[in-house]
Amino acid sequence: MLLIHCPYCAEARPEVEFAYGGQAHIARPLDPSALSDADWEQYLYIRNNPRGRHHERWRHAHGCGRFFNAVRDTVTDKFEVTYPAGEAAR
Amino acid sequence: MSGYRLPTGGRVDRAKSVSFSFDGQSYTGLAGDNLASALVANGVTLFGRSFKYHRPRGILGMGSEEPNALVTVDRGPGRTTPNLRAPSVPLHSGLVASSQNRFPSLKFDLGAVNDKLGAFFPAGFYNKTFMWPRSAWEKLYEPAIRQMAGLGDSPTSRDPDHYASTYAHCEVLVVGAGPAGIEAALAAAQSGDRVILVDEQEEIGGGALADPAQWAWLTDARAQLLALSNVQLLERTTAIAHLHQNFVVAVQRLTDHVAPAQAQGAREKLWRIRAARVVLAQGAIERPLVFDGNDVPGVMLASAGRSLALRFGVAPGHAVAVMATHDSGWHDALALAKAGVHIVAIIDVRDDVSSDLLDAAGAAGIAVHLNHAVIGVGGRHAVKSVTIAAAGSSAARTLSCDCLLMAGGWTPTVHLWSHAKGSLRWDADWAAYLPDSIDDNVIAVGGGAGAWNYGSGVAVSNLPSPKPVHQQKAFVDFQNDVKARDIRLAVQEGFRSIEHIKRYTTNGMATDQGKTSNINGLQIASEVLSKPVTAVGLTTFRPPYTPQTFGALMGHHKDALFQPLRRTVIDDWAVANGAVFENVAQWRRARYFPQGSETMDQAVARECLAVRERVGMFDASTLGKIEVVGPDAAEFLNRMYTNPWKSLEPGRCRYGLLLREDGFIVDDGVSARLAPDRFHLTTTTGGAARVLGMMEDYLQTEWSDLDVWLTSTTEQYAVIAVQGPLARAVIAPLVAGIDLSHEAFPHMAVREGTICGVPTRLFRVSFTGELGFEVNVAAEHGLAVWQAIHEAGQAHGIVPYGTETMHVLRAEKGYIIVGQDTDGTLTPDDAGLGWAVGKKKPDFVGKRSLARPDIVGAGRKQLVGLLTKDPQVVLEEGAQIVADPAQPVPMTMLGHVTSSYHSATLGRSIALAMLVDGRAKLGETIYVPMPGGTIAAEVTGMVFLDPKGSRLDA
Repeated sequence: MLLIHCPYCAEARPEVEFAYGGQAHIARPLDPSALSDADWEQYLYIRNNPRGRHHERWRHAHGCGRFFNAVRDTVTDKFEVTYPAGEAAR
Repeated sequence: MSGYRLPTGGRVDRAKSVSFSFDGQSYTGLAGDNLASALVANGVTLFGRSFKYHRPRGILGMGSEEPNALVTVDRGPGRTTPNLRAPSVPLHSGLVASSQNRFPSLKFDLGAVNDKLGAFFPAGFYNKTFMWPRSAWEKLYEPAIRQMAGLGDSPTSRDPDHYASTYAHCEVLVVGAGPAGIEAALAAAQSGDRVILVDEQEEIGGGALADPAQWAWLTDARAQLLALSNVQLLERTTAIAHLHQNFVVAVQRLTDHVAPAQAQGAREKLWRIRAARVVLAQGAIERPLVFDGNDVPGVMLASAGRSLALRFGVAPGHAVAVMATHDSGWHDALALAKAGVHIVAIIDVRDDVSSDLLDAAGAAGIAVHLNHAVIGVGGRHAVKSVTIAAAGSSAARTLSCDCLLMAGGWTPTVHLWSHAKGSLRWDADWAAYLPDSIDDNVIAVGGGAGAWNYGSGVAVSNLPSPKPVHQQKAFVDFQNDVKARDIRLAVQEGFRSIEHIKRYTTNGMATDQGKTSNINGLQIASEVLSKPVTAVGLTTFRPPYTPQTFGALMGHHKDALFQPLRRTVIDDWAVANGAVFENVAQWRRARYFPQGSETMDQAVARECLAVRERVGMFDASTLGKIEVVGPDAAEFLNRMYTNPWKSLEPGRCRYGLLLREDGFIVDDGVSARLAPDRFHLTTTTGGAARVLGMMEDYLQTEWSDLDVWLTSTTEQYAVIAVQGPLARAVIAPLVAGIDLSHEAFPHMAVREGTICGVPTRLFRVSFTGELGFEVNVAAEHGLAVWQAIHEAGQAHGIVPYGTETMHVLRAEKGYIIVGQDTDGTLTPDDAGLGWAVGKKKPDFVGKRSLARPDIVGAGRKQLVGLLTKDPQVVLEEGAQIVADPAQPVPMTMLGHVTSSYHSATLGRSIALAMLVDGRAKLGETIYVPMPGGTIAAEVTGMVFLDPKGSRLDA
């Protein structure tokens, strides 16, 4: 079980307290109706599947309840860093 | 034969004899024995039959690596445990054990015919042989193979034991209490760190248990460990998995070492240990040698012979030969000779062995055959002799003996290192993989790290033999009956990757997970492929290290504790009034309230008619509820739901439809605006947590500029639905501060006041199509208000109803249940809810997707009603729909039935269904093929009762 550092609670807590939220830094388009079908498809479905550094969202669901972003290595499963939602990608 | 117990020596207590039984026969062992040592002491060599060929097998090893001697231990009804390794079964008085995979008896086993037919069962035989006819696989071949090739039988009755679990934290966790692990634990303890030391055996010591010279040290070290308050010593505890960031799972066996009558408390305890540092001191496992006849009972690892003689005081045989390719076999032979065991000869493939060993063997009077190998073993149920020959020579000689020890070198145990994703490096001296690097704070020590000097040796994949390989019964994987020639065959048939060779031959796939077979298999594959071992690869070690009981993994999570059960505040009343319950999203809900001997159908019909004709009451407390508060609350809901919310007046309610961004319905519910900045949202019972999470996601990560707070209030309110033409009359005497008249309080409105003197949010809403109210009161008042309404309703013939009745009533009105009538691929239009989409709204979650080409096109499934031609036939939910019942299979399926009931009000069956282009098929006949015949039905609209909705306005 992973230990995950919640950037709001400032504590490493066990994975069972958290919920995974998919790839990070995909902003919802401000005006979806202006998007072509291809661009909307890109937003809806197309995700990275890297070997190595992966930016992803987590929620401290059974803690403070807040969403944050993380960089995790998909090979080692190690978290490189976690940081509050809204901050630039690390 | 008897007399295998040596007159002296061993750690057994010779003053305490222990009686036990094996295959129905009584034996006597000593306190401190395990099942294997006690049986060998009694002259038993035959422990079981092999997996595939049913060959007679004895013990190979004396630790958890043992592949052959699998037994079932019977501790009473529900307490039989199959597939235990005899050397890992501690002996206690009254132990009842039996062998496995034999019929009718261990000595005379009909399945042994497989051994004679061995040529027909090569690697992958089941893939090749049992292909035709295909239909025979399920009914004939598979059951027959399962019957023949088997492990022990699962217990058939319920396990009466209970199992505990706990979490632990420490600075240093040491796995394995041999000399290296004990020293590591003592050293770590000096610094004051919290130390946990786990060891799988009955007593700590590891290899030192079979070395009397270390016993004084061991006694002292154990006393030190027990005296240290910062050391927790867990004996009989196997570390089964080493997961991320030093999270180690271990299983402690608490009662299996004592007789059932003496067992107290939990049988096993699962430890979840998080350690700042893990020290792996798992030791090494001796490697068997591969030669013709290496599985005859009496052929065993030299380390097993050493353990039997020096730890348990049992001679592995009266005349013992030793086949070595490693110095450790010589050390073991000399130690056994010193303990009084007759060593017939030491055979070694090497022609160059250190003079110290040669001198010592000479001094002990042991015959030595260098540059020789065992080429055959005499005997079937027990070793009678071994045949040896010099390398390259066909001149063979036979040595009479009843035991042959194999010393093929050592394989460091790197399982837990590999679980934690540590990398390995091939070490040519050890001819094995050793721990290399790892990210977490883990170190490997002792034999498991290669830090152990037990002399040198040579790695030999197959002992040299004048016999062709394909004629040899030379086993690599004893438990899965994989022979050297099976691995050669796999390579010849084109398998190159060791992962494929493993799966094709099943080498290393048995319950021992290749502890004794992996490296030998690898070396044979490497040789046949003419590639270095490192180029062949290594299969992955996976948890658990040894097989475990399901009980230990499950712990307390069974029966009532299997998952949380949520009860409403009205649950006690429902129990007292005879409700039949169903579980919905962990809530226990009353399904119907049968009276007398009513069946479900009868009770539901009575409850439905009562609501339509008079009035019913329903516990709707499980509805998800979210309080949405803040200046931007209306703007937020406007963005989340398909409907317009900004125009909703305070005091009014609206049916809300929630989509995902892909345009598909995810939830729905009626919500009320209590004030300009306050909404009382409801969600489906099962969707409450999901909807709150989704809303939090948007609020926190997309629209953090909105000033809105979300609070789950599901459990803060009890909700009582009062539905039916007399609903107003029932609650009127109880309500104060609210004008209940239709004009003042119309359908889809909300008012605040009191009921029975307590504050209420009173909704005028209906999920039945009747005049209806939903009474929201603080949960602590819920039961009292329920009882008061029930009391007040008696004069009006009120009836409590359950979820089954609720389902029928709403289906009569064509109201959908998200998750039953939708399946995550329905848009609002598909569900006939296009009216709930705000056409003028610039955006909401999922809006863009409603313009996707695949969603606006024809050919989508739409929700429709179905009326069977025979009104008494009720369709099955989930049944498939076709247009042409005469079409040969596979038929073109047009959709399926989502809801189906008998409607007492209408006196006939009704159904809802998803149907391709359903609304274009109104009036057409479709067919539902069922095992009992095809059912014809007409496609209709979804509203079966009161299509104008006039009953709502009563």
